Amino acid sequence: MSTPVIEISGVKKVYRMGETEVFALRGVDLTVNAGELLAVMGSSGSGKSTLMNILGCLDIPTAGSYVLDGIRVDGMSRNDLADLRNRKLGFVFQGFNLLPRTSAVENVELPLLYDRTGRWTNTRALAVQALERVGLGARLEHQPSELSGGQQQRVAIARALVTQPTLLLADEPTGNLDSRTSIEVMALFQALNEQGITVIIVTHEPDIARYAHRVIDVRDGQIMKDHAVAAPRRAADDVAALDAEAAELTAGETKEAA
Amino acid sequence: MKTKSLLAMATGSILKNKMRTMLTMLGIVIGVGAVIVMVAVGNGAQTQIEAQIKNLGTNLIVITPGSTAAGGASQGAQTFNRLTIADADKIKSDATLLSAVSPVIVTRTQVITGKGNWRTEINGVSTDYLTIRDWNVTSGALFSDDDVNAKRKVAVLGATIVNNLFPDTDPVGSQIQLGHVPFTVIGVLAAKGQTSSGVDQDDVVLVPYTTAQDRLSGVTFLGQILASAQSPKDMVAAQDEIRGIMRESHGLLSGGADDFTVRDQTAIAQAATSTTSVMTGLLAAIASISLVVGGIGIMNIMLVSVTERTREIGIRMAVGARGSDVLTQFLVESVVMSLLGGVVGLAIGFGGAAILGHVMGWSTSTPLIAVFAAVGFSAAVGVFFGYYPARKAAALDPIQALRYE
Repeated sequence: MSTPVIEISGVKKVYRMGETEVFALRGVDLTVNAGELLAVMGSSGSGKSTLMNILGCLDIPTAGSYVLDGIRVDGMSRNDLADLRNRKLGFVFQGFNLLPRTSAVENVELPLLYDRTGRWTNTRALAVQALERVGLGARLEHQPSELSGGQQQRVAIARALVTQPTLLLADEPTGNLDSRTSIEVMALFQALNEQGITVIIVTHEPDIARYAHRVIDVRDGQIMKDHAVAAPRRAADDVAALDAEAAELTAGETKEAA
Repeated sequence: MKTKSLLAMATGSILKNKMRTMLTMLGIVIGVGAVIVMVAVGNGAQTQIEAQIKNLGTNLIVITPGSTAAGGASQGAQTFNRLTIADADKIKSDATLLSAVSPVIVTRTQVITGKGNWRTEINGVSTDYLTIRDWNVTSGALFSDDDVNAKRKVAVLGATIVNNLFPDTDPVGSQIQLGHVPFTVIGVLAAKGQTSSGVDQDDVVLVPYTTAQDRLSGVTFLGQILASAQSPKDMVAAQDEIRGIMRESHGLLSGGADDFTVRDQTAIAQAATSTTSVMTGLLAAIASISLVVGGIGIMNIMLVSVTERTREIGIRMAVGARGSDVLTQFLVESVVMSLLGGVVGLAIGFGGAAILGHVMGWSTSTPLIAVFAAVGFSAAVGVFFGYYPARKAAALDPIQALRYE
């Protein structure tokens, strides 16, 4: 639990809008250790998306340093960032971001095809394994349009997992899902975290943040609050509770009908 | 990324939009097809002309009487005939670069048989004539040197005469009359067909030039002398040699004009072939404009495709695709599309040329180089017109691309 996966200090991000400079991040320090389940909270415009982009090696900070798994990220070239994303990171997005008209297994296989280290031999088998891990072993050849929102997000999670990343980054992963499916997806994240994967979830929903072990509040480009959650809720329990409730409800209805 | 998965990925995305891909490819298909048909037709015409020229004779050199001037006004070619059998004999004995020489006495008269008559051209020639003209007899034989020396009244008939006067029978051994003079048919010439200018070469009777001079024309001057150079590379030297012999034979002073003309077929051949090759080039150039238009079609569709697939590009970049990976992917897509179009166009071009040849009766032939050029060019079109859209895709910012709606 003590090895830092992420170490950023004094990270600033400035966008130029013509003459004016917009400070998206005004000096952020953050250390995330291996095995953490971290929620980043903040309203829109708080700078959490910028933080997410920098953590995800999609963007580079204007100032400050970023070390990911012992590798200095700030100042890297576009190509090196691409390779780093491929080797160390798994992304899950709000809008799922699966390739349309492409089967689930091909979607999951995609990151393996961009590998430059020659680590993977049987990419198809690895993709199948990843889909089985998220409970979609029976939906390999389905296209995104043939899957429900929750299933699509599972495919996206499988795609993020398939390269065995150091860090899983989820940007509003439940934003497009109903509450029950959201809890199911959170249960999956918790299960993966228990298997040892470091997970960072960006969200603006306090309900979702309740499942994290540690919550960070971002406001006006700064971390305002960084606190551990004493007793995080277990999403799996909530799903079970919901199931029980639903069963009771249907039972009640049947009784009434009788 | 491995080549195999790259190709699979490119064909996969091309196949996802079959209708659009087909319409895009159509431009290249038509372009390549048109180029192939044009080249096939032009090339066929060229081979046909070359064959016709070769049909005239092997390394043929023609010596004709020269022009003369009366009171300062040129009377045109062949008005002053001083071409004699002596000239022909001298050329034959003195020239070192010639393989055959034959005088030609031309006269027209009526061929009369028991069944009918036919007005035709009588050529008085020597035994070398068939060698020079690259001609054969199908029945009987040509007259011998002995026949020439003895001025025997023997004749060899052209195929047209045989068709008209001796249908279904072999005329060898028959008696005919040329004008009032009786001749014995000793051979029949193989059919040679028409010249490029439409003259029927088979409408002719060959007799020994000595007999022709004595019995038919009554003049001592020759219409022309035909000679054959030993090899095509000797053509120019052989003509100079003939010119020297002729000037000496005619006793011309140095500096004076020739009173004869020495020509060969290369000038005609070159003119004819260069005309057709210019035409072929022109047609192919016009056809290749449609290839360029097809390329622009590809570029247009690729640009639309890049915009449409911005999010896909963002996803690919997020999971680790470099700019170069995206560039290669789009470039491969456009090349696969144009190459596929090129191959289909090739097939259609060949089919079209065959149909055109069949319907119009033209001979068509497509040189192998045109096939490679068409395929290579269509691939080049794919690279050229695919590069700009592909580079645009590769330069996208992953964050912006992922957010693109």
